[in-house]
Order: sequence, then C-alpha cells, then structure tokens
Amino acid sequence: MPKIVGLTGDEAVAHAVKQCDVDVIAAYPITPQTIIVETLGDFIANGELNAEMVHVESEHSALSVVTAAALTGARVFTATCSQGLALMFEILYITSGVRAPVVMAIANRALSAPINIHADHSDSMAARDSGWIQLYAENVQEVYDLIFMAYKIAENKEVLLPTMVCLDGFTLTHTLERVEMLDDDVALKYLPKKPTYAHPISIEEPATYGSLALPDYYFEFKIQQEFAMNRAKEVIPKAMEEFTKVSGREYYVYNAYATDDADVIVISLGSTSGTMRSVAKELRKKGIKVGTVALRVYRPFPAKELKEVLSGAKVIVTMDRTLSFGALGGPLFEDLRSLFYDEDRRPLIADVVYGLGGRDLTPSDAKAIFEYGLEIAKTGHIPELVKFVGVRE
Amino acid sequence: MSISLPKPEYLAPGHAACQGCGATLAIRQALMALRPDEAAIVVVATGCLEVVTTIYPRTSWRIPFVHLAFENAAAGASGIEAALRVLERKGLLKEKKKIHVIAIGGDGGTFDIGLQALSGALERGHKFVYICYDNEAYMNTGIQRSGATPYRAWTTTTPVGSKIPGKPQFKKNLAGIAAAHEIPYVATASPGYHVDLINKMRRALNAPGPALLHILAPCPTGWRYDPSLTVEIARLAVQTRFFPLYEIIYGRKYVVTMPVPKPRPITDYLKLQGRYAHMLRPEMKKDVERLEKVVNEFYEWLMKMSEVTKDLPLPSWYHV
Repeated sequence: MPKIVGLTGDEAVAHAVKQCDVDVIAAYPITPQTIIVETLGDFIANGELNAEMVHVESEHSALSVVTAAALTGARVFTATCSQGLALMFEILYITSGVRAPVVMAIANRALSAPINIHADHSDSMAARDSGWIQLYAENVQEVYDLIFMAYKIAENKEVLLPTMVCLDGFTLTHTLERVEMLDDDVALKYLPKKPTYAHPISIEEPATYGSLALPDYYFEFKIQQEFAMNRAKEVIPKAMEEFTKVSGREYYVYNAYATDDADVIVISLGSTSGTMRSVAKELRKKGIKVGTVALRVYRPFPAKELKEVLSGAKVIVTMDRTLSFGALGGPLFEDLRSLFYDEDRRPLIADVVYGLGGRDLTPSDAKAIFEYGLEIAKTGHIPELVKFVGVRE
Repeated sequence: MSISLPKPEYLAPGHAACQGCGATLAIRQALMALRPDEAAIVVVATGCLEVVTTIYPRTSWRIPFVHLAFENAAAGASGIEAALRVLERKGLLKEKKKIHVIAIGGDGGTFDIGLQALSGALERGHKFVYICYDNEAYMNTGIQRSGATPYRAWTTTTPVGSKIPGKPQFKKNLAGIAAAHEIPYVATASPGYHVDLINKMRRALNAPGPALLHILAPCPTGWRYDPSLTVEIARLAVQTRFFPLYEIIYGRKYVVTMPVPKPRPITDYLKLQGRYAHMLRPEMKKDVERLEKVVNEFYEWLMKMSEVTKDLPLPSWYHV
C-alpha cells in the first residue's frame, strides 16, 4: 500500500531521490534548498541511502562533480537556486553539452540585487536556453512525482539531457502537504537501475569526453542537442503516462482546468497555478467563462499541446514571475505570442509580471487578473503588453 | 638507481603541441608511473594540454579523458572518484583493475581560477592525484601573466616597459598551499629529471589520499627560447635553485630530492630565455640580485625544513 505522509517540498525531493537509488550527490547549501540536502544527509548517515555525498565548496563544483560522475554511468543529483544557479551557469551548458543526465532540483528564489531569499522564477528562467529540460511543480505531490519523471526523461537514450525540477522557494520548499508516496519496488520498476549514461567511461574502450570542437564540428554537436530536445517532446508525455499508470495520479505536460469553453485562459508556472485555479473555480460558479493552464513542462516548449488547449480562447493571459529587462514581455509571454503568430485565428495575448522576490499573489490579485483578461475579451484591446501586478509604482 | 620505463604510452604522439613543449613531455613521463595492472582516468582543465590533444574528431588519449571547464578539474576528478567508489560498493563496477583518477591543470587552471575547486577537493580527501603543469603564464591564450609567472618575467600583460620591466610580483607557492591542507603527498618535479618525476608520480599514486605534483613545464613559445632547449632549461631551473625539487609529506615532513649545494648563477637560467632578455641589461642588476636572493632564501629555508623534520618517519607507501 502506498504510504501517505506529510512532507515539505524539500523533504519530498529528498524522499524521491532516495527512492531513485541515486549514487552520487553533490550540493552546496543555499536557502531555501538546504533541507533537501540535509534530509539526504540523514538518509546516508542512517544507512537508508547507499550514495556518496560530495560536500563541495561551491555550486560551480557541485555541478562539476555530478556532471563528471554521471559520465561513469552513476545516477546523480544536485540541488540549488538563485545565486547558486547563477554560479553554475558556465557548467549548465557543459552538462547538457556532454549529454549528462543530471537531475537538479531548483528551489526557485529571486536573484540578487537586492538580495532576497523568496520565490520567483528569475533564476530558472535565466537558464531556459542552457539545454536543460525544465519541469515546474505546482504542489508538493507534484514535486515528489516529478523527480521520478525527471530521471525517466533525462536517462531515456533518445534524450540524455539534464533536467531541472523547479519548486517555488518557501511556498513549496517549506510547506507541509499531504504526499502519497510510491512503494520502493514500484519506484524502481518505473525507473530501473542501469548505467545511465549512453557510453559510460570504460577502461577497455577509452573515449575522450569534452573535446575541443572547432567550426568544422561544433555546430553538429549543438544540433544534436536540439534534436534530443525535439525527441524529448515525444518522450515526456509517455514518461508521464507511464507514471500515471504506476501512481494512479494524472500527469500530462500541463494541467488544464475548464479550458474547453473559456473566453479567458490564464497560463502559469509553479505554485501560482493553484491560486489561479481556485479563483477560476469561484468565477465559474458565477457562470464566468475562465480557465487555467498550469504548465508543467517549460523546456522543451510543448507547442503542439499548448496550441490545442489554448486556441479556443479569446484571451490568453501569461503569468511571468520574472522580468526580462527591456524585452517585449516575460519569457512565457514571448513564447505564447510566437506560438500563435502563424495562426489565422489568434487569441489576444497579454502578459502579467507578478510575485518578484516572494511578493504574494493574493486571491483578489488573481481575481483582478481574470477581470483584466475579461475586459480585454470585451474590448478586443490590450491596454499594455505587460501589466505589473502587486507592485507599488 | 635505475628504472626501466614502461612500454605503454598513454599520451599518443601526433598531438598539436608546439615543438619542445614541456607540458606534454611532463605528462607523458608522469603517466609512465602507472603499472600494467592499473588503469587511469584523466580529468583535464581547459588549457594547452586539453586543446592540443583533443581536437575533435581526433584524440591523443589512450585512456579515458574528461574535460569540463577551466576551473573545475579537481571537482570533476572528485565526482569520478566518488562515483567509482559508490559503484564499486554497490557491485556495479565491471573494471577489475585498480583505477586511478588523475586531474591535470596548467598554472592558470591551478594557481588562479581553479584554486578554490582544488582546495575543496584536497580538504575532502579524495583519493586522486592532481598534476599542475606550470608553464608560468596563460600560454594558450597568448602568454598572459598568471599567479605562477615569476618575478620580472615578460608576458603580454606584464610587458617590459620603460617604467615597469616585466612582472613586479613573485610567484605563488603552490606546493606550500597544497601542503597546508596536510594531504599525504606534495612534490615539485621537472621533466628535466624524469626518473625523479616518475618516482614522485608513483608515490603520488601510492598515497592513501590526495596528492599534488607541481611540475615546472618550460614553454618555448612563451618563454622565448629555442625548442631544442626545453630539457636543458628545465634542468637549469633546478641547478640554479630557481625551482627546487622537494616533497612535503602530510604537510609536515620536507624532503629535498635534488639538493643543489653549489648553485649555478641565476643568469645561466635567465640568459637562455627571451622573456628575461631585459634582465641582462646593466640597469636590471638590482632586480637580478633580488631574484637570486629570494631564490636562495627559499632554498635554504627548504633545507632547514628538511633538516628539522628528518626524524619524522617516511610512510610505507613512500618507498617505490
């Protein structure tokens, strides 16, 4: 029987990592990620997890350690956020470039300056072009579940790309929620233990990893990463479907609510999606036609699936919890706008930037966002491409 | 003593290094310390060695080679060492040979940008050997000064100007920094003394924890000398006491493996190298004297350290 427990998001990550029988863990402490590593440390110290924990002196080394370790065929894990992710930036591209199936939890936290420890997506969004798959969790159950799916996707021989599981700092990392756990044997059946890397380091057949590739070959390396991302678009829904089979919990690249006949659909990432859905439910009771999409997979961008679910709406409001300074709008907004550019019938698409540095998005803010979308639907006019919600101007 | 050099050459000829490259010579020699029943994985920092040996689709490495970035060779080696340890414990490692993990970096990747990752790996006590091939500047990017560039040497960022004649600072003491971590074994070595170098590499491989070899690797391109003189210059660095050969065991015991009771004048070393051409000018006499004084003081301090620590026993793994 599956165990039902109360876990914080950080603890949920650690429990899932333990059940994945990870071999090498390297991490450097950063709030609000620390409980993940502390919990894993407890598991190792108590003999519940047979893994090597490398207590590195920086996040740069954390990612270097697990990337190199993955080349041996070991299953590896790290976790960070914010400044730590920023310090890893150089290696992010190397991990994906050597096609190491590293799984990393990102306890989403705002970037300095000013220094801040609370949730926004400026850290992981900055890494969206680094060749990593990005998954976003809405609640602690999803945090737990997405760790298993992350390994399933990353280690798929058609993919071999590193994968981030993003969970909002404090809102998910430190909030205790009900979690239904997988039985250990079910977990390892979903995720069999075998050498994870395509061509693990071998003494008998020595190979060179991390070559110098000049203009005559570099492009071919990079195009193969893009092909792998494209294959991941097929692999991810299958991995989710298989997970649904073993867990009984419904998973898809997004979680849609009341989108079929909605005039306004709000699309968001992370814990905000729960707030938006609950307010949408209230509005629906009053007969107001609004819906929500909680996007679980941001990279590779599930274009086909999103077009299907969103194309009936008159208005799409994108929720960006980051600022793309000087750009047309936030990253989710720009992706959605591009997605519909070639369509004959295009929804109006407006952006909302909110919640920076942990600023709360209240239900009344959420209601105002739906009303803003409904107003656009009525007038057919977007007053401002980017609307800032919850900020003193 | 005599040793017979083993047949397998793990670094293949035909790589793209400059003629007379001291770095590739040093690494070739170091890998000769591996026994036939041992295997090795090298983790190499960005730099000359990585660039000249791994231009895709070719490789000069007959052993597994990993390159990630400039400053993280020690971290990469830590990851591989940790992975091998846990895979063996779980019965998932197929290889039966003893596998050594060897990290290699130049002076830029070791003295400067890689020092933090190196310190972390030494403190954590991974069983690996770190080799620094020190050619005393950023040679791969075109001879810029590093923390290993010696006093008054010319580089493209410490040019010989009318006000400032070459690098004003002295070189960082890498062996001292490594030894401060109290790791089992630290040694300096020279490709001009290959038997000494190979023996030291063997001790480094035998050591029960981290070991570091600091190898002076003359660079004809950056030091501005005739490529045929690499070994001669490597030897002169030792014979003038400019680069003494010694070991530090557990951060405590000092052993000078090549005492130089009667050093040759420092100018014998300087005059063969274009990077020191200005040092032969009469107005540079004081700078030459200062260099010679510092070099001799350090050598004498080393001799004192070896004298006062001579009663500390040598560990059993030291004997090769």
